[in-house]
Amino acid sequence: MEWFVQQLINGLALGSIYALIALGYTMVYGILRFINFAHSDVLMLGAFAAYFVAPPVTHLFPPQSYAGALAVLLLSAVICAIIGMLIEFLAYRPLRRRPRLTVLITAIGVSLFIEYTCQHEKVFGAQLKPFPKLLAEQNFHPAGLSINGNDVVVVVVTALLLAGLWYLVQKTRMGLAMRAVSFNEKAAALMGVNINRVISFTFGLGSALAAVAGVFYAMRAQGIEPLMGIKPGLYAFIAAVLGGIGNLPGAALGGLALGLIETFAGGIPALSNYRDGIAFAILIFILLFKPSGLLGKTQVEKV
Amino acid sequence: MIRHGSRRWLIAALVAAFAVSWFSTRFNQYYLGIAIDVGINIILAVSLNLINGHTGQFSLGHAGFMAVGGFTAAKLTLLYGESLYPFSLIVGGIMAALAGLLVGIPSLRCKGDYLAIVTLGFGEIIRVIFQNSQFFGAATGLTGIAKLTTFFWAWGIAAVTIYVIAGLVNSTYGRGFLCVHDDEVAASAMGINPLRYKVTAFVIGAFFAGIAGALYAHHKRVLQPDGFNFIKSIDIVVMVILGGMGRTAGVVVAAIILTLLPEVLRSFASYRMIIYSLLIIGLMMGRPQGLFVWPIFKKNAKN
Amino acid sequence: MKKQFFANHWCSLLLLSSTIVFSGCDKPSAPSGGSAAGGASADPIKVGEFASLTGKEATFGQSSHEGTQQAIDELNAAGGVLGRKFELIVEDDLSKAGEPATIVNKLIARDNVVAVLGEVASSRSMEAAPICQQNKIPMISPSSTNPKVTETGDFIFRVCFIDPFQGTVMANFATKTLKAKNVAVFTDVKSDYSKGLAKYFKEGFTAAGGKIATELDFNGGDKDFKAQLTAIKSSNPDGIFVPGYYTDVALICIQAKQLGLSVPIFGGDGWESDQLVKIGQDAVEGTYFSTHYAPDVATQKSKDFVAAYQKKWNGKSPDAMAALGYDSAMILAQAMKTANSTDGQKVRDALAATKNFEGVTGNTTINEKRDATKSAVILQVKDGKFHYVETVNP
Repeated sequence: MEWFVQQLINGLALGSIYALIALGYTMVYGILRFINFAHSDVLMLGAFAAYFVAPPVTHLFPPQSYAGALAVLLLSAVICAIIGMLIEFLAYRPLRRRPRLTVLITAIGVSLFIEYTCQHEKVFGAQLKPFPKLLAEQNFHPAGLSINGNDVVVVVVTALLLAGLWYLVQKTRMGLAMRAVSFNEKAAALMGVNINRVISFTFGLGSALAAVAGVFYAMRAQGIEPLMGIKPGLYAFIAAVLGGIGNLPGAALGGLALGLIETFAGGIPALSNYRDGIAFAILIFILLFKPSGLLGKTQVEKV
Repeated sequence: MIRHGSRRWLIAALVAAFAVSWFSTRFNQYYLGIAIDVGINIILAVSLNLINGHTGQFSLGHAGFMAVGGFTAAKLTLLYGESLYPFSLIVGGIMAALAGLLVGIPSLRCKGDYLAIVTLGFGEIIRVIFQNSQFFGAATGLTGIAKLTTFFWAWGIAAVTIYVIAGLVNSTYGRGFLCVHDDEVAASAMGINPLRYKVTAFVIGAFFAGIAGALYAHHKRVLQPDGFNFIKSIDIVVMVILGGMGRTAGVVVAAIILTLLPEVLRSFASYRMIIYSLLIIGLMMGRPQGLFVWPIFKKNAKN
Repeated sequence: MKKQFFANHWCSLLLLSSTIVFSGCDKPSAPSGGSAAGGASADPIKVGEFASLTGKEATFGQSSHEGTQQAIDELNAAGGVLGRKFELIVEDDLSKAGEPATIVNKLIARDNVVAVLGEVASSRSMEAAPICQQNKIPMISPSSTNPKVTETGDFIFRVCFIDPFQGTVMANFATKTLKAKNVAVFTDVKSDYSKGLAKYFKEGFTAAGGKIATELDFNGGDKDFKAQLTAIKSSNPDGIFVPGYYTDVALICIQAKQLGLSVPIFGGDGWESDQLVKIGQDAVEGTYFSTHYAPDVATQKSKDFVAAYQKKWNGKSPDAMAALGYDSAMILAQAMKTANSTDGQKVRDALAATKNFEGVTGNTTINEKRDATKSAVILQVKDGKFHYVETVNP
């Protein structure tokens, strides 16, 4: 039982991070209908942004305070939002009217470019770097469990961000525009929605969420390197599909589900070496019965 | 008439491959090795093109089929001797085709990105199974495989692959693949069973990928499961898209270029992969329909 | 009809023409091997190195390469050997399977190197080994510990000890020094180094009467180990054996501490790097690992190496991979000196006869299996430094 609750906590924290990343995939997909392969690298850049921003910022705030951590988080989110918008502007916008597979390969190219550039010794280098401790290590021990303070922060902040995102998409003008573009780009344009601005904003928002996820991931792991985004990126991508790609609550649900699956499969000795395989097997099983994901709409074929 | 002529070209290509192979001991083994790599990559790209290009499915699991073929064939020649090599190629292909059948079944239900993730998942599951299988050497993989793949085998089979797949797609039966690609609903209205075509595409594509894996095993002489991760699949997808989905000739040229490019870029040392990724982005921006799609070829490939 | 036929099957034509192009550019291949013996004395000695300079294992490949480069530079500053300087030709294999075969072919057939150095990962060394063997070019792997690497043939050497030795050393250490009876094993399922060590550790430890509490796996490069560590915790072990690389180990130690696991954690030479302490900080305090030499009881040679390395590579401290990379080049140079030739066969014979070579990783002798026999030391992390605990002789 104790083991179960402990794994549940681990899984929730990991799942929250996946959910944040999956939201970025799903939002871009909802609007542009392509998988942004470079998203996992934006996540890594978020962690590196925090790595470089943290030392100067912590001079302004008391060490390991919530205010300081929040400032670091916000700054790296802003940096990544700009990077995300730049990637869209430079690499994807010129290809807007082109087949979406073209954009997909460009995204793979962008991803490779970021990874190899960051691995170059004159940029970050391939070495694992110690991630600064943004918050003090606090461990709660209720009933023999060990709950890490950072995990609680991760889960709470994710929940807040999800609520904020829901509000943004459902209640604001920008959210309405995003939904309109995702529903029908041409009609939205005719209604006076500035498509470029909406797409830019979506990339910025998704990248900011990825940055937050990257910082959280780095906080839990305590070490960062240029390829750290690949694995969570892949898992979050699966999560987005599992939840029904293009569907925001689906991405959050998929992320949580995948975090839990990974944690429980990884925690059973006989299964831990099949962990990646199990996550995929469950995914395939679900997709066989719900071919458009857990919350995805089944598309009716029009003749 | 057409069949007769194309067979003549096939024989000519086989004879040429054999002739080159005859003198291969005098060649520089570095260039010879790359030439064999190119041949293997042509087989991979052309066979994936049947699934992704002609039939319009989106498979990300080609490396998995390659692994099945490679490990099966390598184990056969390791256990029962080198004389079994031609036989092992076929058995490798058949085992991969069986895997293709298994993967093809979800394609009956899943579409587009969902299918992409299912195939990616299958590929990863195959890798994880090999990684944990003592029989196939677990993480170490198989070593001491005999060097049996010659220029003749790689390019001869590449010619056969092109002949079979191009011939198939251009045959009366094969038009069905293009119909499924263009419009499934219309295809079934015309009495074409899209499900059968999709599964056929997976089985045939996987069969040749398996043979390519078997050739690869006897070319590199070492097989490790980690070499068949989803990044390998993506490499092949890039060849197909860059060549122009469904354009056999374009895909062949793309396979040649993308295999040679990293070798040509070697002199740039640590900047090599950065330049490589920039070139991919640049190529997609410059030639978004695929590298080698000119009007004349478009007409003939689609016919 | 004719025209359409051509259009339909021009791809076969294309294949044909590229075949011809290939055969064209293949022909002017230089005869390899001959240039070494007959070359003018001023010609540099070409040595090839293949390393994972980018990709997922770049951090180890870069370290190993820096060590090798350091050795070559020092050798050249001292005038080289046989009156000739060295030219190190380095190729990056992207940490990718399939690449080493191509690269080693290039090094041997196009660059005409007389010897090959590399790799860290056993899997990639095993890909290169048959090619070196076939061409009778000596190959020295700095840090591939899988026994299979040198089994390829008599031209393949290594300067590190092999998995069975190190696994047994740690098993004895666990039973005798730690007095552990119930040890959990946490293996990197993607790495044959880790799997090999785990296997020999388990054999040795159970033979000595110990019990394996539980076995869990991770994937090298993972950042989250809490699921497995929670499972390890619930098996109540009195020690955890983590054969892995320091990049993963540092994070494992941190997360183990977060989960309240306080039993000793120990591992092998993949741990050795001051990055372990830099990243792991107080979480790696009190951990043990086996390695090649102890910095606090080091010879003058290894102290000089550390100082020179830090000077050359912007203050970066050498890890075990760097030290072994350095030794691999030095042993090669010494063999060429002894053989008084750069001929493959003669260098091979000299390498096979290497005895008591004084390297920065200790005293190395090449045995009949072409593996290095040298003593292992066990170190403990104390106050952020590595402290010598004991020496184990082969």
